Amino acid sequence: MDSININEASSKELLGYFQAKLDEEAWEAKKAGKPVCWSASVAPPEFCVAMDIALVYPETHAAGAGARKASMDLLEVADKKGYNIDICSYARTNLGYMELLKQEAMNGEKPELLKTTKAAYVPLPDIVITCNNICNTLLKWYENIAKELNIPCIIIDVPFNHSMPVARHCKEYIADQFRVAIKQLEEFTGRAFDYDKFTKVQEQTQRTVYWWNKIAAYAYRKPSPLNGFDLFNYMALIVCARSRDYGEITFHRFCDELEAKDKAGKYAFGDASTEKHRVTWEGIAVWTFLGATFKGLKAQGSVMTGSCYPGMWSLVYTPGDFESMAEAYTKVYINTCGSNRYEEFYKVVSNSKSDGMVMHLNRSCKLMGLLNNEGGEYVNKKMGIPFVSFDGDQTDPRVFSEAQYLNRVQALSEMMDAQA
Amino acid sequence: MYTLGIDIGSSSSKAVIMKDGKEVVSSAVIQVGTGTSGPDRVMGEVFKNIDLTPEDIRFTVATGYGRFSVEKADKQISEISCHAKGIYFLHPEARTIIDIGGQDAKAIRLDAKGNIGQFVMNDKCAAGTGRFVDVMSRVLEIPLSEMGNVHFKATEWAFVSSTCTVFAESEVISLLSQGVSRENIVAGVHQSVASKACSLVYRVGVNDDIVMCGGVAQNPGAVDAIRKQLNKPVIVAQNPQVTGALGAALFAYENVKWLPED
Repeated sequence: MDSININEASSKELLGYFQAKLDEEAWEAKKAGKPVCWSASVAPPEFCVAMDIALVYPETHAAGAGARKASMDLLEVADKKGYNIDICSYARTNLGYMELLKQEAMNGEKPELLKTTKAAYVPLPDIVITCNNICNTLLKWYENIAKELNIPCIIIDVPFNHSMPVARHCKEYIADQFRVAIKQLEEFTGRAFDYDKFTKVQEQTQRTVYWWNKIAAYAYRKPSPLNGFDLFNYMALIVCARSRDYGEITFHRFCDELEAKDKAGKYAFGDASTEKHRVTWEGIAVWTFLGATFKGLKAQGSVMTGSCYPGMWSLVYTPGDFESMAEAYTKVYINTCGSNRYEEFYKVVSNSKSDGMVMHLNRSCKLMGLLNNEGGEYVNKKMGIPFVSFDGDQTDPRVFSEAQYLNRVQALSEMMDAQA
Repeated sequence: MYTLGIDIGSSSSKAVIMKDGKEVVSSAVIQVGTGTSGPDRVMGEVFKNIDLTPEDIRFTVATGYGRFSVEKADKQISEISCHAKGIYFLHPEARTIIDIGGQDAKAIRLDAKGNIGQFVMNDKCAAGTGRFVDVMSRVLEIPLSEMGNVHFKATEWAFVSSTCTVFAESEVISLLSQGVSRENIVAGVHQSVASKACSLVYRVGVNDDIVMCGGVAQNPGAVDAIRKQLNKPVIVAQNPQVTGALGAALFAYENVKWLPED
């Protein structure tokens, strides 16, 4: 892996560097006989980082595979294992990839697809940690990994918030889950948990989240110096490195770049005149057609300035306070009641000064889909701005139709024109 | 001043020439769509019986799935906007549009000024569209143009699901083998179309002034089934297959209306 000058590198270079470094660190841990943990994207990484356990994120890995057009081959491996197409495509991509790693571990030889795939090469886990704050598929998916590999599975069980604010008993229940997870890690590693180090890790997490939220806020400026699709790219580090300084360094640099762009009168697509419309994108990115979905909007002069999705990692809490951390991890918007979700969505649309909304009806993620029509109608009634929805999927390319997407995006642009 | 609207759909090509954004001078339909000879043929057809040539056209707007393949177009506009424009021109009272074409079914909500408030379309599945009725007419060996007349001879409608054209085809074959009358099956096919279309209409909101367009609007059986399901009057637009092209011609006029006559 090539080294770079951290102080002089661009945020884009830092992003690529740290992503590769995280994978490399996981391999180094594996080779040194240290444990590797596969983690759900919004499960707390703080415990593993405090225990020096290397983390790999299957959802991010699958998204990366999708963006590199490598998910289809992995989905076919899962298809052959009998996984139904109705199951989340992150899960299927990951389970397909795990099958290849398993074959390699059992036969001592890399399967051909593992040699040729453009998906990042990551090691098998020795333990998994999951959390049902963003979906319940994650429970069965991770239990499945643990069972197939005969490894421990730590589950942080987070109740759904049928009303807001989060009830005190829920916070206490989740805080107890954290304590159990720590005990499980102590038993697994045979080492005592270092609470002082843990507090430092929490502080680091808060600094990373601070800069992450600051990036998103640049899109609220009009015109926006931030092309909102960049949040999808930089997201890899808020997921995989929020408890390390990698995220903080990269996001801070990106903020500096955005500030400089804004001062120089350079915006998402160039000068101010290129920002014809501002749109909120709701839902996970269509990773397999990231370029096509971005260009479809750009061709209409539509800059993505808002999205609830990157805000899932706006995990603000007080270091040293378990219940505050519990609250942050449970009030992720898709783990809350409709009225709270719609209001969160409205906040994003209004803060981002959006003229319209593009809703990804994601076949894989039914839980996020609830915002698509009901949320769109809620905001439409409050702000009078139009929305369109399109069928797609995060990593299964078979579900997305570019012509249908472009048709809807153009119609949205025409509706926004008519309102202007 | 003459403008041209051309609508290249999945199963037909349509064109309309307008004078001064007010009067339809000529219209044409060729029953093959994008990727075929349809676009060229419809251009020939729309100029056939009038004293105009393509050089007389000041501005051309293309719409439909094949809109980007029309080389002579000055601008491309989505068929959602074009159908809304065309229908509002013909029926300013319209507040809900049902457009069922070859592979798309749409419900569009309009405001009093003709602006689109909301629209929804079918995704991933052509059940309930023109192609669906086309496939069923072949299985039933009834010409497409006769499906409407046969519909009104039904004594009841046989259930035909609306989830998949291919599965529905098997269902129709099964109904035929059970001895269910063709008339009742045709009514069931139209009921299936209505079920799919109305589910879209419910999502944009059911208003009193509903206008239907698209190729399926030419099928009185399908229109009857939709009327019954919505329990509301449904007006069929005049020449319903060309309302998208009409809207495109109107948009074309809006692009050049301030220019002097040549």
